[in-house]
Amino acid sequence: MKKVYSLSLIMVLALSVFLAACGNKSDSTNNASNGTSGSGGSSDVKIGMVTDVGGVNDKSFNQSAWEALQQVQKDGGASVKYLQSKSDQDYIPNLNQFVKDNYSLTWGIGFNLADAIKTVGEQNPKANLAIIDSVVDLPNVKSITFAENEGSFLVGVIAGKMTKSNKIGFVGGEKSPLIQRFEAGFKAGIQAVNPNAQLMVNYAGAFDKPDVGKSAAATLYNDGVDIIFHAAGATGNGVFSEAQSRVNSGQQVWVIGVDKDQSLIYGDKVTLTSMIKRVDTAVEKVSKEVIDGTFKGGVETLGLKDDGVGVADTSSKNVPADVLKLVDEYKEKIIKGEVKVPDTVQ
Amino acid sequence: MNKVLKLFTKDSITLPVIAIILGLLLGAIVMMVGGYNPIEAYSALIERVYGNSYDFGEAIREMTPLIMTGLAFAFAARAGLFNIGGEGQFMIGMTAASIVGIHLHGLPAFIHAPLAIIAGAVFGGLWAALAGFLKATRGVNEVISCIMLNWIGLYLSNLIINTFALQSGDTRSVDIQPSASIAISWLSEMMGNARVHWGTLIALLAAVFFYIFMWKTKQGFELRSVGFNQDASKYAGMNVNRNIVKAMFISGAFAGLGGAFTVLGVFGYQSVMASSPGTGFDGIAVALIGMNNPFGVVLGAILFGTLTYGSAGMSFSADVPPEIVRIVIGAIIFFIAAQGIVRWLLKPFYAKRKKEKVS
Repeated sequence: MKKVYSLSLIMVLALSVFLAACGNKSDSTNNASNGTSGSGGSSDVKIGMVTDVGGVNDKSFNQSAWEALQQVQKDGGASVKYLQSKSDQDYIPNLNQFVKDNYSLTWGIGFNLADAIKTVGEQNPKANLAIIDSVVDLPNVKSITFAENEGSFLVGVIAGKMTKSNKIGFVGGEKSPLIQRFEAGFKAGIQAVNPNAQLMVNYAGAFDKPDVGKSAAATLYNDGVDIIFHAAGATGNGVFSEAQSRVNSGQQVWVIGVDKDQSLIYGDKVTLTSMIKRVDTAVEKVSKEVIDGTFKGGVETLGLKDDGVGVADTSSKNVPADVLKLVDEYKEKIIKGEVKVPDTVQ
Repeated sequence: MNKVLKLFTKDSITLPVIAIILGLLLGAIVMMVGGYNPIEAYSALIERVYGNSYDFGEAIREMTPLIMTGLAFAFAARAGLFNIGGEGQFMIGMTAASIVGIHLHGLPAFIHAPLAIIAGAVFGGLWAALAGFLKATRGVNEVISCIMLNWIGLYLSNLIINTFALQSGDTRSVDIQPSASIAISWLSEMMGNARVHWGTLIALLAAVFFYIFMWKTKQGFELRSVGFNQDASKYAGMNVNRNIVKAMFISGAFAGLGGAFTVLGVFGYQSVMASSPGTGFDGIAVALIGMNNPFGVVLGAILFGTLTYGSAGMSFSADVPPEIVRIVIGAIIFFIAAQGIVRWLLKPFYAKRKKEKVS
């Protein structure tokens, strides 16, 4: 007993000595590198990304962005890293961690980071920053937004054509202008093909609460809804799990995924289709601009025309060909401007 | 000074220290199992917090509300109450400070900012006093009512911000008036724009107030007495019910202050919160680490803040997932809560000492 005890005490002592020594050492090297980086600058391009509280495994836009950055790293030319935010207090320090480490580009993923990007961008005019889903008007910030209403219109067409109960549900994350763009487009799409269908809307109030998403979905399905479109990030995972348990018990319900092709995660039994938002394409494109040295601040809105939004390729598994043909027709019309999709809820 | 030191009995220092070391060791083992280098990770953690003035300022920003919610829990605990509602009191404090900070115009800064802070403290206190009142008059368990009040606090705060102060087209309130800000801009500039604010100083003063009130005044004596034994206190002629409400009010005021600092010093606005920020619950852990002693709470908040803020450094420089840091924190709290384990580990020490004394 005594031996074990003294052994553990020695371990503790050794560890603390090690810690103290290492702390000092890395401190001094850090100071040194800070001193040199001002004059030299690294040859390698480094790209960082800060997630919102959803984290990189949200099976949604944070994950899309991170996968795109990993692809950029695989293609060579840049090393990438991410920091996850635990609360909204972390946004600024996390962004600054990359900026102060002389990263060539720092991504802020999600409109929740808009204020933080603005603050950091103003304080560090030489740092390159980029943000998804929000507009920050600074010369060193690239703002990427999407015409989600156009993509949502197309999945609305599918939902309107395929509903049997004529009741369709929408589960949103936080009630913000961005998420309402999904709702507006979805509603317009349904009404274009099925004026009798009724849209029931439920905002979960959060992007990181699968439990709330699950109960929201349960409420909608209990009311007779047979198709739910979610635009709620990780909260939407709860919508899928509710649908899965209902499908397993024999009830035929569907979910329309968002951001990524979610049938790849949740299977074709519950995923009718997905409204794809090519966060990955955008992240890859802008990151490569930094590698090529052509990065410029400004606003870029990606719609159907640019393939920034669209319907998942795997939709043909569950959606009949004639409906998909109709979707293509509407897509053409929207691109040509013959159909105008509203971007706010009336 | 001697009396202050006396507060830390031998047990109250050794137990947390051993628990912290055991927690760090356990974290190191978990990291080694996961294939990460614990020494590199811990040094990255330390470097992230104390490596440069910006991060140091931000770490202080992280610690400040933890001091307040830790004091809140410890204060109620000294009076025999389990105030798990720091979270709700924190949010109500935020909201009260926001509303005062946004909607009062034309006041000079030396009136406006203190007024907003006081509003946060008073409303946080009232929110807690509600639970205290229910316990005193109706015997409602304060744990249950506090948990419920946390949820009511969250949605009430969101409702108030949405209705009275929403910035159009956004999910946050409009900015507070500059006169209500408690940010220290000159220090902020010196520390590379770290968000430092006067709240930190007030938090330290609050710890001193806690000590003086609890141990140097008649009222504090009554609170502690009620905490030890309600029946004996009643027999001695103390008004137990009033003391319960009073303890909850002061406890809630501490938490409310923490919320007010976050709005007035850090953000300058209040977000519509998807979920409660968690500072109130972390405060419970901080109070446990500090053994419900005001100065222990400050030390506990420094430790907790260092670990939390430094965790980003661990994942940045050493690629360790931030979850590991939560394991370390969890392990420390576990070892403090399970004092028996630490005492058992210390047994040989004590036994030896006793022998020496005998001989």
